[in-house]
Amino acid sequence: MSEIREVIINNDRLATDEYLVNMGPQHPSTHGVLRLLVRLEGEKVLNIQPHSGYIHSGIEKMCEAITYPQIIHLTDRMDYLSAHMNNEAVALCVEKALQVEVPDRVKYIRTIMDELARLASHQLWWCVFGMDLGALTTFFYGLRDRELILDIFEETCGARMTVSYNTPGGLMFDIHPNFQKRVKDFIKYFRTKLPEYDKLLSGNVILRERTEGIGHLSLNDAIAFGVTGPSGRASGFSCDVRKNQPYSAYPFVKFNEILDFRCDTLARYEVRIKEMYESLNIIEQLIDNIPEGDYAVKMKGVLKLPEGEFYQRVESARGEFGVFIISDGKKNPYRVKFRSPGFSNLFALNKMTKGHKIADLVAIMSTLDLIIPDIDR
Amino acid sequence: MTNEELISYLTGKFPEANIKLGSQYVEMTVKADDLHDTALQLRDSEEAAFDYVFCLTGVDYADNMGIIYHIESIKYRHLMVLKVRTADRLNPVIDTVSDVWITAKYHEREVYDLLGIHFNNHTDLRRLFLEDGWGFPLRKDYVDEIRIVER
Repeated sequence: MSEIREVIINNDRLATDEYLVNMGPQHPSTHGVLRLLVRLEGEKVLNIQPHSGYIHSGIEKMCEAITYPQIIHLTDRMDYLSAHMNNEAVALCVEKALQVEVPDRVKYIRTIMDELARLASHQLWWCVFGMDLGALTTFFYGLRDRELILDIFEETCGARMTVSYNTPGGLMFDIHPNFQKRVKDFIKYFRTKLPEYDKLLSGNVILRERTEGIGHLSLNDAIAFGVTGPSGRASGFSCDVRKNQPYSAYPFVKFNEILDFRCDTLARYEVRIKEMYESLNIIEQLIDNIPEGDYAVKMKGVLKLPEGEFYQRVESARGEFGVFIISDGKKNPYRVKFRSPGFSNLFALNKMTKGHKIADLVAIMSTLDLIIPDIDR
Repeated sequence: MTNEELISYLTGKFPEANIKLGSQYVEMTVKADDLHDTALQLRDSEEAAFDYVFCLTGVDYADNMGIIYHIESIKYRHLMVLKVRTADRLNPVIDTVSDVWITAKYHEREVYDLLGIHFNNHTDLRRLFLEDGWGFPLRKDYVDEIRIVER
C-alpha cells in the first residue's frame, strides 16, 4: 500500500487540477432545490458557493398585498417543518402591535404544538441524516414515529403540515377532545423509541468516525455568521429564544437549553437528540394543565395595525425565526421581513467544509438541517 | 444595559445621531456617511459589544431607501435597531457593513437583489435569488407584469 502511495505522491502526472462540480439543484442530499458550486482538489473541498433562488416565491412581496390573518397561511410554506412556530411568530407580532393579551389556554396549546412540531422536525432530520450517511433504516424508523405527530395535527388542525392553526388573537379552533390522550400516548410511546434511536445510530462506529472533529464552527464564527438553533448551540452559542426572550407558555415551564462546546458535526447531532428529550419534558409539564377558557380573543373583522415597527422572534426547529412588520396604519403591511434561520445557517457552510472531503460536505450540510423554501422565501 | 442606560450611552458616544426609544427597542438613525464607522464602534466598544446581526431589512420609503439593522450583544443581551437612509431613491448607494458583521454580506446581497440598493466595498455583490436583468420586486413602483401578487 505504502509503495502505491509513494508512486502517486511522487508522480506529477497523477496530481489533479482543481475542478468545479455542480452539486444540485436536484441532488438528494441538498433536500430541496439548492445548488452548490463546489471547487475541488481531488476529493478535498476548497470552496463552496451556494446558489439559491430556485424556489423563490416572493412571499415578502405577496405579504404587502394581503391582510394580516392571510399572511399566516404564507408562513406555513416557508419552513414547512416549523409551520407552527412560523404561524405563531406572525400571530404574536400582530397581537403585540394591537396590545392584545391572549388567554392562558391559547399560550399552553401553542407551546405544546410548537414542541410537537419541533419533535416532528427533529425526527425527520434524524431519519434523513442517517440516510445521507448511508443508514437507510433510520429513515423508516423516523418516519414511522413522525406519522403519529402528524396524525395528532390532522385531528386538531385539519392539516398535517401546513397547519395554519394560529391566528391573531388565538387559535383557529379548540383542540380535539382526543388531543390530550393522544399526545400522552405518543409521549409514552416515544420515550421507549428515543433510546432505540441512540442504539441504532448514535453509538455507531461509522457515524462517529464520519462526524467527530468534522465541520468545525467556532463560537465566534457562529455568532458572526448568525448561525442559530441547534447548529449554533452545538458551537456553544446560547441563542435559544425560548430561554432568552420567552414567549407563550415558555416562562411557565422548566427546561434546559442544550449547549455543546465541541463545535463539530457530532455535537450538532447530539444537541438535536437531546432537544427531543427536552421537548418531551416541556409537553409533559403542560399537557395535563391546559387551563379552561376561550381558545381565541374576539378580534375585529379587519385588523389594522397602528403605525410603527414591530418585531417578534421565536425559536423554530432550525433556529431563530423573526418577523418584522412595518405598518403604515392600513389593513395590509407596508413591508414584511422574515428573518429565516436557514438563510444565515446556509452561508456558514463554506467556512465549515473547507479542507474536508466531499463526503463530509454531505454530513455537514445535513446537520445544518436546511429547508430550502425557508432560505429562498 | 437596560434601554435607558443604552440611550444615555449612545447619546454620549454618537452625539450627532438621532436616538429614541421605539415601540420595543432603542432606535438610532445615523447619516449614510457615518454608517460604517458607527457599526465598527458598536461592535468593538467594550460596553456595547454588538456582535450579532439578527435581522437586516431593506425598505423602500417614498423618497429614499432605508436599511434597518437589528443587532444584539451576546455578552450583555441587550439589543438595538440601527437605521440609515440613502440619499437617492433611484440609484441608492450605501457603505457595506459586511466587513464588520460577516452575516451582513449575504443579507446585503438579498437587499441588493430585491431592492436594488448598491453596497460600496462589498466583495461579492451579485443577485441572490433572481436573474440578472429582473426588476427589483420589493420597490413600490415594481410592475408586476404577470400579476402574481396583485389580483
